[in-house]
Amino acid sequence: MPTIANEKYEAVIGLEVHAQLLTDSKAFAPVSSEYGGAPNTQVTPLCLGHPGTLPVLNENLVRYTIKMGLATNCKVAEKSIFARKNYFYPDLPKGYQISQYETPICYDGHIHIELDDYDKRIGLTRIHMEEDAGKSIHDQDPYHTLIDLNRAGTPLIEIVSEPDIRTPAEAYEYLKKIKQIVQYLEVCDGNMEEGSLRCDANVSIRPRGQEEFGTRTELKNMNSFRNVERALTYEIERQIDLVESGGEVVQQTLLWDPNKLETRQMRSKEEAHDYRYFPEPDLPPIIVTSDLLDEIKEELPELPDVRFERFVKDLGLKEDDAEILTESRYLADYFEEALDILDDPKAIANVVLTEVLRVLNEKSISILDFSITPERLTELIQLKKDDKINSSAMQSIFNEMLENGESPLELAKKMNLIQVSDSGFLEPIIEDVIESNPDEVKRYKEGKKALIGFFIGQVMKESKGKANPKLVRELISKKLELN
Amino acid sequence: MSVTKDDVQYVANLARLQLTDEEAENFKEDMNDILGYIDQLNELDTEDVEPLEHVTEITASKFREDEAKEPISHDDALKNAPDADSDYFRVPRVIE
Repeated sequence: MPTIANEKYEAVIGLEVHAQLLTDSKAFAPVSSEYGGAPNTQVTPLCLGHPGTLPVLNENLVRYTIKMGLATNCKVAEKSIFARKNYFYPDLPKGYQISQYETPICYDGHIHIELDDYDKRIGLTRIHMEEDAGKSIHDQDPYHTLIDLNRAGTPLIEIVSEPDIRTPAEAYEYLKKIKQIVQYLEVCDGNMEEGSLRCDANVSIRPRGQEEFGTRTELKNMNSFRNVERALTYEIERQIDLVESGGEVVQQTLLWDPNKLETRQMRSKEEAHDYRYFPEPDLPPIIVTSDLLDEIKEELPELPDVRFERFVKDLGLKEDDAEILTESRYLADYFEEALDILDDPKAIANVVLTEVLRVLNEKSISILDFSITPERLTELIQLKKDDKINSSAMQSIFNEMLENGESPLELAKKMNLIQVSDSGFLEPIIEDVIESNPDEVKRYKEGKKALIGFFIGQVMKESKGKANPKLVRELISKKLELN
Repeated sequence: MSVTKDDVQYVANLARLQLTDEEAENFKEDMNDILGYIDQLNELDTEDVEPLEHVTEITASKFREDEAKEPISHDDALKNAPDADSDYFRVPRVIE
């Protein structure tokens, strides 16, 4: 099962995931937290850490965190408090980060992950609310560090797993699941490359069968799913080699270098943690009433596992197909919008999984930016169902539709792809094909019935793809029997 | 438990304070006095008493509506900074 084949040792991994929330305003200040504004334009005196300012809690920070908690089977604390995490860094102008420490708002949850040959439940220790720091830029000015405080105060949740993960592959699946859930809930866009989802890992090894944990190291700076898997594989192997050669693992923080594909030690200065947490006096305790909790439960969308089950059981899709369709909420939404118009799950799934996904991959775009609406896609599928076009024509029209907003029927006419089911048009072609291939006709008559495909192909070619293959088959076999 | 002068210097360092030897000595005494008072409080049985994190009775079950309003101007944002360029706050280089 483990991806790292080692009979003697197993790894123990816990992940901390930070997710940037898609709120309209910051955690404690009524100003936009959107990405990409000009430097230091999305700020208030509070974001700048000016004296005399006071934080006021954004309701969606609470709601989104509870949503995530409920979706991951967490308990929700009736009362929790914020705490100050104290440290000095220029992009943290207050000198402390508002976070939660002893009383996270959500705790004690779990999610399920699926691997090739087994399923597993991974426990969640806690999900807590906090604010992001600003951005430090070290490479633009040779003598200074530049500070942009637009991001300061952006709402984050930190999702902490139990040390239940045993292999890099499990860590990968766990992250994929977290990403899928935040996207389904629409609380975070889940983009790891852009930093809206960030992951740190605690890793240790122990001899198989041993209960007690080994000394752990902390891995940071893994900015993609693949890098998490690679960094963990590297670090586990490093620890095993170290112990096997008689050394000992030292507790430390390591940075993953995605270019060199190795971990390196953080300087001790960056590591000196003593955060002196204490209760945040400027924010009252957060009380989650049962009314609020009920309201949020009502708002929860259908979650990926449930949707997958429904696609398989109620719509009769294959498990593999249902898994791909439900991986992203938006792809599943697209599929279901089409399904609302045309009740043929398999036909729609087929086009979405082949044509639509091919284009999304080729262009590296999301389904949200895909140019063909579900309505137009169903019009195209309907043409095929009505035998107005054949499969290869469907593909050509689909490709044309990417750039051209005309209706599939109009395009089919323009491209001269409307299937011809007129035997008056087809019969001369068929006769031609039979006359010019006497050898094949002979072999067909001697019993080589598979040659029917050859004849159909010839007729399709002569008709420039417009012939209705079903009708062609019928006409040809009739003709050949008579001949 | 009592505070040593090293503890005082450690805490001062975390707070980015530079203390003279004499100041550290004074703080050591002050802090030990405070901890002595805490020890006195510890004599009370607080087993069934909830910790008090806030001195007011206010709790938040209503929150701020998630709405973005106008930020302050970029000029105002940088106005009080000891050093800035046209876009950013400027601080001494953090890494070599």
